[in-house]
Amino acid sequence: MKRALSLYAAAVYLFLHLPLAVLAVFSFNSSRFTVWEGFSLRWYEALFRDPHLAEAALNSLIIAFTATAAATVIGTLCAYGLWKQKTGILPGFIKSSLYLSLVTPEIVMGVSLLAFYQWVFRFLDVQLGMHTVVLAHVMFSIAYLVVVALARLRTLDPSLEEAALDLGATEWVAFRKVTLPQLMPGVAAAALLAFTISIDDYVITSLVAGVDSETLPMVIYAMARRGGSPLVNAVSTLIVVILGVMIVASERLQGHS
Amino acid sequence: MDAVLELRKLSKSYANHQVAVSGVSLTIQQGEFFSLVGPSGCGKTTTLRLIAGFEEPTDGDVLLKGVSLRGLPPYARNVSTVFQNYALFPHMTVRENIEFGLRRKTQMRAAERQKRVADALEMVQLTGKESRRPAQLSGGERQRVALARSLVLEPDVLLLDEPLSALDPNLRKQVRSELKSLQRRVGITFLFITHDQEEALSLSDRIGVMNQGRLEQVGTPQDVYLRPRTRFVADFLGTVNWINGVGVRPEATRISYHPPGEGERAVPAVIESSLFLGNCLHVKTRLITGEPVVAQVSRLNGSYGCGETVHVWWHPQDEIICPQ
Repeated sequence: MKRALSLYAAAVYLFLHLPLAVLAVFSFNSSRFTVWEGFSLRWYEALFRDPHLAEAALNSLIIAFTATAAATVIGTLCAYGLWKQKTGILPGFIKSSLYLSLVTPEIVMGVSLLAFYQWVFRFLDVQLGMHTVVLAHVMFSIAYLVVVALARLRTLDPSLEEAALDLGATEWVAFRKVTLPQLMPGVAAAALLAFTISIDDYVITSLVAGVDSETLPMVIYAMARRGGSPLVNAVSTLIVVILGVMIVASERLQGHS
Repeated sequence: MDAVLELRKLSKSYANHQVAVSGVSLTIQQGEFFSLVGPSGCGKTTTLRLIAGFEEPTDGDVLLKGVSLRGLPPYARNVSTVFQNYALFPHMTVRENIEFGLRRKTQMRAAERQKRVADALEMVQLTGKESRRPAQLSGGERQRVALARSLVLEPDVLLLDEPLSALDPNLRKQVRSELKSLQRRVGITFLFITHDQEEALSLSDRIGVMNQGRLEQVGTPQDVYLRPRTRFVADFLGTVNWINGVGVRPEATRISYHPPGEGERAVPAVIESSLFLGNCLHVKTRLITGEPVVAQVSRLNGSYGCGETVHVWWHPQDEIICPQ
């Protein structure tokens, strides 16, 4: 029985990761076709010399950093507010609408954002670009941040903040010196998660991006569409490795909290 | 003696019209050990929270050294709270916990602050543990850190919210006597909240008994125990046998086979059980009218068998007489 279970687990694991393994293996193939001809780093070399990919990678990083930073601040404060305001109709409404935004299909969110931007652009002289992508990423990241921060806050003893006030701290100092340090591991983990989601988002990004804001997933998608260049394998493998490290870090942080 | 804390018709009710505290007036003297006792939900903790400033009263006022605290946030009030669960900051060391208030409330130099922290640690016998975190301390040590953290600020009144209830029973009695001697040493006014009447009786200079948001009686431990003004106060502070409208405490209730002397009050009763408690006997009897009467009597006066008919008697001056 135990044996069968391990076998089953191995099969599931293989099913999940075999495509990634194939991708990774062929990223080191010296041939451009899916026939193994020998180990080579030529695609990784080409990758770092491709200006188009470099620009897209830079865009992705700028978007992910900006959106994550903004969403972390907004989301944490929002969770703090919801935690403080224990009763009332509004907090309940906000909490359920957060879960709604977590389960909204990306394509729906992207299309609705696009419609919203186009409506706003009738009144303002702006175009689609980095800012619209950043805003979209902030929007879908906030929900993750709030949910994680709120879960962490619920484990905190409310009398800690009262004790801080009692000992002479203002509300702001009590938040900064007592509540925030205990919230940090959870918030950092959620921020890492938001960062990875932002880096690999394609559907929403491709809908709200402008000509100057092509991201890495968009470029990869276009390249894969044109017929698999091994460059795609290399860049995808890199992304998987980097995101994998971040996910492990995020889990470590949550484990500590 | 000067009044340090005064409550004037203090009231607190909530949006759902639930009344937590109702018209509580009370004056506490400088250096006094005052206890507020009552069953859970009687409003004693809310009263404390109103004094600390965590909640605003719906009516009435709190005066500290004659100055109204109305509208002042907790950090602007010179009172300090020892919380039921101590509320020590888990991410800070013992030293950082004790320094927290000094850094906020005073502008003292580092050297002076170090000295104050060292004094506070010595006062609660925690010298040498300043680098530990709360999780590395025992329950009793945590309680002492909480005390030191508040006392180092030299508040006008120290508010203690059931600080002994989180300790195990063996430790509780020891900490109780330490608390009393600490209060005498520092001379700071203590307002102590508890639902444990024994704690209140043994520690306090005066006791206020609360019931359903009201203060039923204020007095010395002897006053409230021996001369309760209401049946609630009498029953809350210990067992009372109610016989023909008057109350008699078990330790004032005597039992004998022969009728007592002139001037004593006596009723016939039947022994139901007799428990040997080591230092005394706990005897349960039943009157002819069917009412139970318990007596705590000396084991030196002999023992009693079940079913025996005896005289239950007491001195008239031991009677508790209060309106129904």
